[in-house]
Amino acid sequence: MLVLRGRKVVGGRTEGEALVTKDTISGWGGIDPQTGTIIEMRHELRGQSFKGKILVFPGAKGSSGWSAFFHRARLSGVAPRGMIFNKMTTKVALGAVVTHSPAVTDLDQDPLKVIETGDWVEIDADQGIVKVTKRKERSAG
Amino acid sequence: MKLTDSEKAMLDGKEGHAVQKAMDLLVRYGDALGAERLVDTKNVCGTVTAPTPWKIEMAKKRGVEHGLHAGFSEMNLDSDEVIEVPRVKVYTCQLIQQYGPDTANLHEGSRDVLNLQKQADGFFGSRGVHIMATCTPYQVGNVPVRGEHCAWMESSAVVYCNSVLGARTNTEGTESTGAASLTGKIPDWGFHLSENRFGTHLVKVEVPVEDMMDWGLLGYWVGEIVQDEIPVLSGRIAQPELIKLKHFGAAASSSGGVEMYHIPGVTPEAPSVEAAFGPRRPVQTLSYGNKERRIAYENLNHSAKDRKIDFVMLGCPHDSIEQIWLAARQLEGKRLHTGTELWIHTPRALREVADRSGYTKIVEDAGGHILSDSCPAISRMMPRGTRVVATDSAKQAHYLPAITGVQAWFGSLQECIDAALTGTWSGGLP
Repeated sequence: MLVLRGRKVVGGRTEGEALVTKDTISGWGGIDPQTGTIIEMRHELRGQSFKGKILVFPGAKGSSGWSAFFHRARLSGVAPRGMIFNKMTTKVALGAVVTHSPAVTDLDQDPLKVIETGDWVEIDADQGIVKVTKRKERSAG
Repeated sequence: MKLTDSEKAMLDGKEGHAVQKAMDLLVRYGDALGAERLVDTKNVCGTVTAPTPWKIEMAKKRGVEHGLHAGFSEMNLDSDEVIEVPRVKVYTCQLIQQYGPDTANLHEGSRDVLNLQKQADGFFGSRGVHIMATCTPYQVGNVPVRGEHCAWMESSAVVYCNSVLGARTNTEGTESTGAASLTGKIPDWGFHLSENRFGTHLVKVEVPVEDMMDWGLLGYWVGEIVQDEIPVLSGRIAQPELIKLKHFGAAASSSGGVEMYHIPGVTPEAPSVEAAFGPRRPVQTLSYGNKERRIAYENLNHSAKDRKIDFVMLGCPHDSIEQIWLAARQLEGKRLHTGTELWIHTPRALREVADRSGYTKIVEDAGGHILSDSCPAISRMMPRGTRVVATDSAKQAHYLPAITGVQAWFGSLQECIDAALTGTWSGGLP
C-alpha cells in the first residue's frame, strides 16, 4: 500500500474508488450538477461521473461558478466522496469547502502520477494522509 | 487564520446569526486556502438572485419569501439552516442572472423561473444589493480604483479588475461573495498580495493583433497554454480599447483560468516588461504566430459542422454601447433571414442608451432583439429549436456546446451579421 502525506483542505475521513484526470476541471460549464458528469468538450473524462468517487485532479479552471456547481452536485447527492488535487486556487478551495467532502492537497508525491482510476483510496484529511491500494493488488487480493 | 477582535466578535454572533454564518464560512474557506488573515473589502460582486433549480423547488414548496431566505442561506452562506437575510454591509452588486419576464416570448424558458427572477430582484434590492444584472459591472459604474481590495465573481470581470484596473480580487464564488457582502471581509490570499501579481510567462506575439477576433483568438490560445498563470504579452499588439480587453480576458479565463495578465505600456502594473515580471524570471517564453492562431480557431470551432445558422448570439461578455452601434449599423434597412434569430446582449443601463440613440429600433426593425440580464449559456434559454449558433464570443463558443449541446461557430462580428442576414455560415480564418 502506498501512503502519501499532505495537508487538509476539508477535514474528515473517507474512502472510495479513484477517478483520476490530468485535465483541470471546470465547474459551471464543465459538469452537470444533476448527475456529476463531466460535460466539457475535449475533456478526457467527458461523459463520466464523479458521483461517489475520490476525484483526483490537477485543479480548477474556468468560471467562478465552480463552487456553486459542486455545491449543487452535493445538494443533488452526486458529489465526489473525496477530493485530491495539486494546485490551490480560490475556486477549488471554496468548491471543496462547500462540497463538504474530505479533501487534501500539497501531497509529497504527485497524486496524478501514483494514483490511477480504479485504485482504492482512503483519505484521513485531518492528518493529511492518503492511502492507496492499487487496482492490481485489489484484483489479486 | 488569525482573526481581529472585531472579526472574532462576528464569529461569536455579536452582529447576528447571518453574519456569524458568513464569518464561519470565511474561516473555513481561508483555512482551506492556507490564508493567514482576512482583508477588508468594500466592493463585492456576486450572485444572489439567480433562480437555480433548488431555489425554485424551495419556493414552490414553502413560498417565494422562504425560498429566497433558504436559497441565500444555502447557496450564499453554505448553511442548511434557513437564516433571515439581513441588509448587506458593504457595496454589493448582482452580476449576470436569469432573463426577466420581458423575454418570455423569445424562448421556451419557464415563466415561473422568469417571474421568480423578478421577485428576487425586489427581495435583494430591498436589502441593498444593486441589481446591475451584468457580467460587466465595470461598464455600468463599478470601476474599482487601483489597489482596491474587491471580492468579485465572474471570471471575465475578475481578469478585467486585476489586469486592466489594477484593483485586487481573486475569483470568488457564490458562497464567498455572499459572506463578504455581510461582513466586508475576504481571505487575504492570492491576488490581494503584491508578490503574487507579477508575470510568469512571456508571450511573444508575432502576428498582428488588432481587431476583436484577433484578441479573442489570442486570449483563447494563451489561456489554454498558461492555465491560471500570469501571461505578459509583448510584440505586435495594437493599442487596445475596453472592448478588446473585455474579449481577450473572457477568452483566456474560459480556455484556462487566467485571472491576471500584463501588457507592458498598457496595463497599470506593467510600465515595462521588466516591471511586469518584477523579481520573477519568466518560467516559459511562448510564441504566438499563424500556427497558434489557427489552433485557437480550430479549437473554438471544434463543435461546428452544419453551416445553416439558427441563432446568432452577440454580447458575451455583455456588449458596450459601441458594440451595439457596430452591429446596428450593419443591420440598418435589412431583414434577418427567415428562420434565423439574432439576440444582442447588453447591461440594462446601456440598453436605455441604445433605446434613446435609436439603435434598439434599428435592430428590432431588422428582426433582431436586444436582451439584458443574462445570456444563453447562463440561462440555458435560446430560440426554439436552435441547433447551430454563430457568435463573435470565444467564451460563448467555448461553453454553449458543452452546456446546451448545440454546435457553435466562432467568428467576427461581420461574419455573424452576415450569417444572421443569409442564414448561412460563410466565415473562415483569413
